[in-house]
Amino acid sequence: MAILDKHKVIEKNATLLMVLSLAVVTVGGVVEIAPLFYLENTIEDVEGVRPYTPLELEGRNIYIREGCYVCHSQMIRPMRDEVERYGHYSLAAESQYDHPFQWGSKRTGPDLARVGGRYSDEWHVDHLTDPQAVVPESIMPKYAFLADRMIDGEYIEDVMRANVAVGVPYSEEDLENAVADFRAQADPDSDSEGLQARYGSESRWKSPPVNVRNFDGKPGISEMDALIAYLQMLGTLVDFSTFTPDASR
Amino acid sequence: MARKPTEKKDVPTTGHEWDGIQEYDNPMPRWWVWVFYATIVWGIGYTIAYPAWPLINGATPGLLGWSTRGDVAAEIQKFTDMNADLNARLASADLTALDDDPALKNYAVQYGRATFATFCSQCHGSGAAGAKGYPNLLDNDWLWGGDIEAIHTTVTYGIRSPDAEDDTRIGDMPAWADVLEEDELANVIEYVVSLAGGEHDTAMAEEGKVVFEDNCTACHGDDGSGIRELGAPDLTDAIWLYGSSREDIAETIRDGRAGVMPNWNTKLSEAQIAAVTAYVHQLGGGE
Repeated sequence: MAILDKHKVIEKNATLLMVLSLAVVTVGGVVEIAPLFYLENTIEDVEGVRPYTPLELEGRNIYIREGCYVCHSQMIRPMRDEVERYGHYSLAAESQYDHPFQWGSKRTGPDLARVGGRYSDEWHVDHLTDPQAVVPESIMPKYAFLADRMIDGEYIEDVMRANVAVGVPYSEEDLENAVADFRAQADPDSDSEGLQARYGSESRWKSPPVNVRNFDGKPGISEMDALIAYLQMLGTLVDFSTFTPDASR
Repeated sequence: MARKPTEKKDVPTTGHEWDGIQEYDNPMPRWWVWVFYATIVWGIGYTIAYPAWPLINGATPGLLGWSTRGDVAAEIQKFTDMNADLNARLASADLTALDDDPALKNYAVQYGRATFATFCSQCHGSGAAGAKGYPNLLDNDWLWGGDIEAIHTTVTYGIRSPDAEDDTRIGDMPAWADVLEEDELANVIEYVVSLAGGEHDTAMAEEGKVVFEDNCTACHGDDGSGIRELGAPDLTDAIWLYGSSREDIAETIRDGRAGVMPNWNTKLSEAQIAAVTAYVHQLGGGE
């Protein structure tokens, strides 16, 4: 094969070698990555999954800021032991609006993909304030300061716009009402009809009703409120009593 | 120690020469070559047997029909089938008569122990001894009743659970900060301490008794022994959910208390709820 005898040309020309290496790697990349964008089983559409409400999004940012992901993953793998402990295995669609996603399998602490509704708000306050007070064997650090850091959602619209830029489908209406929704969700006496209309069961997402509560039980909106609002909705969007998994996936 | 090169004149060289250095063209070890071929054959076989090659809208499913979801569903089904009889009996069992069926009770307690460790220990403790604000399940002091039916109801619907508003147990210890004067508060604290047999100021407790009778007996009962239908705790024992110091009692009275237990009927199966009920009931305090 005469062409194989010409490899000396490539080996002696560093630039040509680099260009051709790139071409080879590109082919490999296209073959491995490109199908994920159109294969039906990677973009399963699941009813109920919605973008985060402004308060939950803020809580998510606090979660990331505090490095919760260093110990806690949000991905229940399809294995019997994980399903028994944490609940239904995670679906790709459930993290479709996550930027960045929180997948992982290193669990210093338990997986949190379905922690929503599993414990009371009071428990979360007690636990974040002093984890060892409720779980003596825990090694989690204390996050009591979250309750003292008040927030007002001043930049939440910008955060949502940043999410829109990477593909999260917040509507103009969602963005205009960002601050109002942010405040309404942490106040049980507020008028939260708009919030429910945008993110709840009557919304275009057909999600479960949004939790509207004073999450930390104290006046004002603190980072504790936002974080608990986020934790209490994790994994609660899909109704698994009506969801039928496509077995081929 | 330089190894002495062995002359192998019969092996051809690769034909290259760099600075006087030549390279023998020895064949690869035979075993290595065969292992290499075997991995190629295995790789091709694998992509035929299992999902592999991307097509237009999906991927080749593989001859074995294997899928991650199918795999985990089959494994869960295997264990479900294994325990199906016991779980069906447990779900429909009359829990008050569980003692008559030692085999079922044993299964329920073991299953309940595992369920408790997974779902309940975060609040009630891995040994069920509770924590401040989260009841101890080992003693015989019960807020909402300690017979097996009452425990079953509590586990099923929770307490003040926001997700089960119609069914959950509702009791209200309101905040008295706006109702009681500071001296009334101090007096009623002395009386509450005296109810539990603690050291107290007798004169203040006497005055506190009046405050108590005016405000507290509707829920805690005339003698302070509590009313279970309302989840109002017995104040005459030395068991304190939120602490026995005067500061703790003051906080309880000023701000009120409303501990929440989630409803588990949406997260656990009926058999699991029955199992965890049986487990909690046999811990020591069951009535």
